[in-house]
Amino acid sequence: MHMHPRNVWQAMSRPGFLLSAWPWRSAAYLLTGAVTGAAALVGIVTAAAVGGALAVVLVGLPLLVLVALGGIPVAVVERSRLRLIDRDPVSGRHRVPTAPGLWAWLTTRLREQATWRELGYALLFAGLLWPVDALAVTVALLVPLSLVATPLLLATVGDGHEAKVLKQWTVTTWPTAFGVAVLGLLLLGVCAYALGVTAGARAALARLLIASPEGELGARVVELARSRVRLVDAFEAERRRIERDLHDGAQQRLVALTMAVGLARLDAPPGPLADRLTAAHEEAGKALAELRELIHGIHPRILTDYGLQAAVDDAADRCAVPVDVDLELPGRPARAVESAAYFVVCEALANVAKHSGATRARVSGGHRDGRLFLDVRDDGRGGADASAGSGLTGLADRVSVLDGRLALTSPPGGPTLLHVEFPCELTEAADRSA
Amino acid sequence: MLAEDSVLLREGIVGLLGRYGHEVVSAVGDARALIAAVEEHAPDIVVTDVRMPPGFQDEGLHAAVRLRERRPALPVLVLSQYVQRTYAAELLDSGDGSGVGYLLKDRVGQVEEFIEALHHVADGGTVVDPEVVRQLLRRRRDPLEQLTPREREVLALIAEGRSNSAIAAELVVSEAAIGKHIGNILTKLDLPPTAGTHRRVLAVLTYLRA
Repeated sequence: MHMHPRNVWQAMSRPGFLLSAWPWRSAAYLLTGAVTGAAALVGIVTAAAVGGALAVVLVGLPLLVLVALGGIPVAVVERSRLRLIDRDPVSGRHRVPTAPGLWAWLTTRLREQATWRELGYALLFAGLLWPVDALAVTVALLVPLSLVATPLLLATVGDGHEAKVLKQWTVTTWPTAFGVAVLGLLLLGVCAYALGVTAGARAALARLLIASPEGELGARVVELARSRVRLVDAFEAERRRIERDLHDGAQQRLVALTMAVGLARLDAPPGPLADRLTAAHEEAGKALAELRELIHGIHPRILTDYGLQAAVDDAADRCAVPVDVDLELPGRPARAVESAAYFVVCEALANVAKHSGATRARVSGGHRDGRLFLDVRDDGRGGADASAGSGLTGLADRVSVLDGRLALTSPPGGPTLLHVEFPCELTEAADRSA
Repeated sequence: MLAEDSVLLREGIVGLLGRYGHEVVSAVGDARALIAAVEEHAPDIVVTDVRMPPGFQDEGLHAAVRLRERRPALPVLVLSQYVQRTYAAELLDSGDGSGVGYLLKDRVGQVEEFIEALHHVADGGTVVDPEVVRQLLRRRRDPLEQLTPREREVLALIAEGRSNSAIAAELVVSEAAIGKHIGNILTKLDLPPTAGTHRRVLAVLTYLRA
């Protein structure tokens, strides 16, 4: 069994084209094109006229901005129409706004090329393309169908005596009428290809102007993004495994060792042996403390057991600079997000303590509009540079894998503000009393 | 009564306690067995690890909290590898906060101190690991901000389960001076003057929750 054609061009290169749905899909594409194009023309002309007229009194200006953005909805409709004759994924060229809210959306849209390309396409579509669509579909369907209908016309309207073909030629005999009908059928086949070519060319033009150039790469990009997420998940799982192994293995043995040495110390008679045992005991104690810190750095249990809020509280406790924490989360984010967010806060607090010269820092955050966000700010001297070999670069990668964003503003003289956010849903916090 | 999933440590602690004349009525390896064994043996004190099977999360701690809900007077000493106050706070919030202890496992190595803490908890005292207390001391938040450094020092020692005389010895001052400090602490933390020794526990709780 061969694969289904991906688009109208492939379909036309196959033998079954005439009997497939593709000619009808092409016709539908052109027909809907004619309708939407006419509607777009009316919309754009009306908005431009009203906006232009009212521009004198300033109210019209926002309306003109709307006209400028008018290409966006047109492009959305056009991209979805593309699916009639093109199964390859199609996506727009727009960027995600830098912040939530209407203003950020507006400034992003007005500054990017995609908006203006879409406006150009909309004008082209409304002014030129839709009449072409209409003409193509009319000619390609009406001419052959009226030829095919000649015998019928002869029998009904013409009373068996005469019938007009395309209002040009007169047919008076039955054999001629049926000959014309056969000719019509043949022409219908030719026109089906003509429809396919027109629709295909129209789609190619639309794709060129309003679809992301990586259209075909899109699927691969999606797969790459997924594999990146899998890598981060694996990395996370590995950290947890190392933490568990150290906790269950080395740490327990060291505790047993300090216990054994502690007991030996009690048994040893005072003297050089007892002194050595004391020294050994202290060393073992230090090793244990270091190991505990190490394990905490690899993957803190408090994050797993109590969640981000408690873990950030703890990180704040450990910071050399006093830190206020204002973080309210009604539930728990996904593990990968939780841990990336936690390590960003830790790194930020470490930088505050090491470089900022701050006397106070503040961690605030929450969950809003499907996004988890955290801010770490300090009252230090500023001038921090995320690219200057700090641990933030690696963390920024980790954040971006999760579709999150990390932003650092640190003008010389301060203050420094680090903002991180992730798209994520919260799950119900586990019932701790259960 | 002992619950610890590492066989090595379990045997070690049983030996250690035996050496000091304490009988371990039951030594188990997971949280469910712990609860069952407490029902069966009604021990004088429970010593448990935080992280235990089946989930290797904080089952031991939860078992301890649940046991205290059922028997508020049951002394529980939790051994942990985590310095985080959240764990200790959850334990101290169970019951009225007396007769509980939260110690790092390291303390088991300091045999005599460990046994002392065990006795203190069994007698209804409260013990919080010095390492946890040290971490708390670094926090400068209300209501502890009103305390003088000396008073904070005294409060830290109370949290470790020391008596007034032990604190006086540690800080090389008279017991009367310590009594005065404690009075100031309780007043500043707005603790009721009625509840006797429990006020010390309440002070520690304030400390942990700050």
